[in-house]
Amino acid sequence: MHELPVTQGILQVAVETARQHNADHITDIHLVIGVLAGLVDDSIQFYFDILSQDTLAAGATLHFRREPAIAVCGQCGRQTEVTPPLLTACPACASPRLTVTGGRAFYVDSIDID
Amino acid sequence: MPNIPVVQHILSANDQIAAENRALFDASGILVLNLMASPGAGKTSVILATAARLPAAMRPGVIEGDLASRIDADIIAARGIPVTQINTGGGCHLDAPMIRSALPGLPLADLNLLLIENVGNLVCPANFALGADLNVVVASAPEGHDKPYKYPGMFAAADVVLLNKADLIDVFEFDLPFFERGLRMVNDRAPLFLLSCKSGAGVDAWVDWLAGPERLAGPERLAERWRQR
Repeated sequence: MHELPVTQGILQVAVETARQHNADHITDIHLVIGVLAGLVDDSIQFYFDILSQDTLAAGATLHFRREPAIAVCGQCGRQTEVTPPLLTACPACASPRLTVTGGRAFYVDSIDID
Repeated sequence: MPNIPVVQHILSANDQIAAENRALFDASGILVLNLMASPGAGKTSVILATAARLPAAMRPGVIEGDLASRIDADIIAARGIPVTQINTGGGCHLDAPMIRSALPGLPLADLNLLLIENVGNLVCPANFALGADLNVVVASAPEGHDKPYKYPGMFAAADVVLLNKADLIDVFEFDLPFFERGLRMVNDRAPLFLLSCKSGAGVDAWVDWLAGPERLAGPERLAERWRQR
């Protein structure tokens, strides 16, 4: 249910930016959301369709770019894209010494305006 | 149809208020902990056990976050600890405006430690900054050793991890090395403390860390505050 305040945040950032550029309308909102951020695209879209009514962003298309999380093996160096639940061992050498980076991004990248 | 670069955090409105909260805490000389955990991991027990062992110079206060009820707040108040309750009414996390609204319910001038008990949930609380100095993630043995693998975002956000109910590690066949590998996969900096709020084992080590000179190695702002005590 935290997609509701998250969607309000998206709308707020987008509409403020559009106002600063004297836009009549926002046609597209480009989002970057990491795979570890715990957010569901469909849920954001659902709330957005309701919340954006009667705003500059009414009818805008949401674009989700998923920032991957990468598990790097401390043994063999193999890099593997991961989503929760995380790997418990390297798929190449079976070492459990893994370090996960990335996947926590959470921002409005850009908007398209009329 | 021009494209306007934005690159702004989605919750920047919340972040702004969190920064204001933090400025207020700084000005008041209050160290602030954001305790996050699943329901039942023992957040309230950790608060009580911590408060009971703090050095006399440390004066704690508590913000209790729950969907509903004053159950936890009443327990804490009964120990003579200043406490204020936030009921989110179904909301799954605390946010910075809620903390700001709750502050008038606490005697801030009398405190130098604020423990915020977030809503029990290993997902969204990690996304909402409150203005705290330290994110304290409480796990517990009965929950199972797989939590860092399933909720990596929460464990990545931790500044310190407490494994509560550690006296039940054998009972629940909790695989500690597996748990710790999962934690280290996403977080190589947060110290891990094993403790039992029931028996009291391990609580002193955590409180010593919290109140001890190790904290001076933390962020400059924090270090300065501790020197002033």
